Amino acid sequence: MTTETINESLDDAHNDDHHDHKMTGIKRWLYTTNHKDIGTLYLWFAFIMLLTGGALAMVIRAELFQPGLQIVEPDFFNQLTTVHGLIMVFGAIMPAFTGFANWMLPMMIGAPDMALPRMNNWSFWILPFAFAILLGSFFMESGAPNFGWTFYAPLSTTYSNGSTAFFVFAVHIMGISSIMGAINIVVTIMNLRAPGMTYMKMPLFVWTFFITAYLLIAVMPVLAGVVTMLLTDTYFGTSFFDAAGGGDPVMFQHIFWFFGHPEVYIMILPAFGIVSTIIPAFSRKKLFGYSSMVYATSSIALLSFIVWAHHMFTTGMPLFGELFFMYCTMLIAVPTGVKVFNWVATMWRGSLTFETPMLFSIAFVILFTIGGFSGLMLALTPADFQYHDTYFVVAHFHYVLVTGSLFSIYAGAYFWLPKWTGHMYNESLAKWHFWCSLISVNLLFFPMHFLGLAGMPRRIPDYALQFADFNKWVSIGGFAFGLSQLIFLAVVIKCIKGGKKAPAKPWDGAEGLEWTVASPAPYHTFSTPPKVD
Amino acid sequence: MSRGNQNWLVRAWLFLGAMLSSSAWADTQLNLTKGVTAVSREVYDLHMLSLYICTAIGVVVFGAMFWSMIFHRKSKGAKAADFHESTKVEILWTAIPIVILIAMAVPATSTLINMENNDNSDVTIQITGSQWKWHYKYFDENIEYYSVLSTPREEYENQNGSFDGNGAQKGEDYLLEVDKPLVIPANKKVRFLITSDDVIHSWWVPAFAVKQDANPGFINEAWTNVDLPGTYRGQCAELCGKDHGFMPIVVEVKSVEDYDAWLKEQHELTAKTADAEKASLSASMGKDKLMQLGETTYMAYCAACHQPTGVGLPPAFPALKASPIATTGSVVDHINVVFNGRAGTGMQGYGKQLSLKQIAAVVTYERNAWGNDTGDLVQSSDVKAASEE
Repeated sequence: MTTETINESLDDAHNDDHHDHKMTGIKRWLYTTNHKDIGTLYLWFAFIMLLTGGALAMVIRAELFQPGLQIVEPDFFNQLTTVHGLIMVFGAIMPAFTGFANWMLPMMIGAPDMALPRMNNWSFWILPFAFAILLGSFFMESGAPNFGWTFYAPLSTTYSNGSTAFFVFAVHIMGISSIMGAINIVVTIMNLRAPGMTYMKMPLFVWTFFITAYLLIAVMPVLAGVVTMLLTDTYFGTSFFDAAGGGDPVMFQHIFWFFGHPEVYIMILPAFGIVSTIIPAFSRKKLFGYSSMVYATSSIALLSFIVWAHHMFTTGMPLFGELFFMYCTMLIAVPTGVKVFNWVATMWRGSLTFETPMLFSIAFVILFTIGGFSGLMLALTPADFQYHDTYFVVAHFHYVLVTGSLFSIYAGAYFWLPKWTGHMYNESLAKWHFWCSLISVNLLFFPMHFLGLAGMPRRIPDYALQFADFNKWVSIGGFAFGLSQLIFLAVVIKCIKGGKKAPAKPWDGAEGLEWTVASPAPYHTFSTPPKVD
Repeated sequence: MSRGNQNWLVRAWLFLGAMLSSSAWADTQLNLTKGVTAVSREVYDLHMLSLYICTAIGVVVFGAMFWSMIFHRKSKGAKAADFHESTKVEILWTAIPIVILIAMAVPATSTLINMENNDNSDVTIQITGSQWKWHYKYFDENIEYYSVLSTPREEYENQNGSFDGNGAQKGEDYLLEVDKPLVIPANKKVRFLITSDDVIHSWWVPAFAVKQDANPGFINEAWTNVDLPGTYRGQCAELCGKDHGFMPIVVEVKSVEDYDAWLKEQHELTAKTADAEKASLSASMGKDKLMQLGETTYMAYCAACHQPTGVGLPPAFPALKASPIATTGSVVDHINVVFNGRAGTGMQGYGKQLSLKQIAAVVTYERNAWGNDTGDLVQSSDVKAASEE
């Protein structure tokens, strides 16, 4: 990019300030079609959901602190694990990424806003209703869903506690919201790129969200289908998943995981995008192997459609099926490895500094890779027979989702907070957040590997005595990690209220159009598209 | 420092000390079990192979990262190089992982083919999961029975909001003990046919490396060949509702001679039970005896859902206390529900599982306990008559 375009866009930003008309008070947020406002709404919503889901997790950990049933009944325990999972997946991680997409994509591709702003408003504002229904079911006679976030039939149909309908409608609304958000991302990226920004010139961040949006459009309707089948099985006498009526409960799992596996990449590909933005910035060196990163991301997305049954090795698949899904799953290690190697090569012989975004990104690379290792071990079918449905799996997916996705979200939040608020965040408080989180999260999740290998099944409210010691440490790690997240809240609130004034580009190694506009980013940016060479 | 603070500090140190000196550390298992079958040892080897490979890759990758974090930092005056592409390197680090993966896939494939070969078994046992117990049925032997958690409720129910000193002392095999374990012979190929009566369960014994889902309406196969007699414990591994954590699996592996002796004993027991059933038909029990047997039976089989106090856990598990079925409703209907279960709900039929006498006692108990003072007395013959209607 030439300096000329930078100046031009700075001018635009300046001009925009004058005709920035927005409503005041609650109306601004209810009626907003501004991508920055909607991004902010998504991010705050995700954080509230993170704390809610985290609170549920802390009750779970309190119950598991020592053997015996102390605090909750087994049935309520199942409700906690179920709703914890649903909230974290659909309420915290996914909306947080959509928040990033809203805030950053238009600014990164030089667009004035998302392509479909009114739909954008709608796709956010139906979300609170979905979670009100889901959480509200705690206060109904039936209780909340208690069949696990994977809601396997027939536990969720014939044998459900009566919460299935609420659950299904909540998931439908979340799905509609995700599909609308995804359509918006695809349309925006395809149509609103600044002149000169070809696909292979887009920041990798944009690429990962582009691919993720396609995944969402492909699999969210599958989820909608499977929950609808669940609904009719439970209430309208169909037998999709009931052998007595000619159905098959294992078919439920096939359909669910055909959605579910791409879904886990929906939660990690944007993380790759964020980290691929931050590591070059603080290494003061261009991202190593940009085009191989694009191809690796696409390969992971394509492979994600043919590995779903690795979640189902114990359901009694034929040998051929087990071999096919084992080989395909192992293959995913190749493009994922390419990504990790590229990040390391980006840092190699760079000029590194360690501000909080970089710390979270480095922790991401290491801890996500540990989650990747356990993923590779889980891919080996014979070994999976031992690991499946134990705490080893719990450790695995929390390493990729918490120290993976969530850590990338924190990295991104610290990285762009100056752009969002116009102030620098408090670096030392942020470092406290990082170190407290890093230590406690490993105390929380690492011993779970041992628990799983020693034979502790997941989703149990009480356990045999040989699991007692590690569970105690895990619980302590859990409480500490939960409390550490309040430091983040403090950092953000302080940063919004004030702090050192942030320049347009606070990170000397950062690249991209978003740093060409003022901090805080004006309400409208790039009304005239910048030129990209 | 004030006195209060000091107290707090002392308590914190005591707490930490207690955590570290925890008595059970010696028993804490860190790694996967090697198990007691050829297959489980193959699985263990595969697990260790993949663990070593991952560790090696980790050392190289993280080593490179830490190297640059230490030596390529700006504060040490590092200047950034400007390389950012190399097709050669990309091909290299695509090819090397593929080779490593093939090295892992080869043993994995051979172990898997072996695990899935269910031919030529010596003994076949049908395993049926139901909420929340296992049923074992020996083919060609006319032996079948249920296997239920035997840890007393007092040991795990200590819900009074406090963390210490409550509940009964927990036994050594807490939550991993059953009333009647599965018995199999050592050094024989034992084939399991696994299915379920209600939701999906999963039968898992780590020492055998056997974990197979029990799907309602379908039968899955698995097998084992154990070389060391002993007692092996496992748990249900698929969320199956409220008491998923309370349906353990215990397998006793006996030498062939001991196994044959056990079979003989079981045949005698089966004959005896049949005689007792017959005898109970003509016998008439007094209220005290019925209530006594009814209470123990109720606590073992019914209290998990309907609760010891009969209040249930509505709406999934309705109350029996003051409910029409156990008070104003007819005795025959009541027996029917207990005997055959109620389709489409968690209430399973106990006709196969309990003796006529036990069902008679439990119905009597439910109709007279917790203020349900109907005064009805139910005898084995009533149960027999009702079940044949």
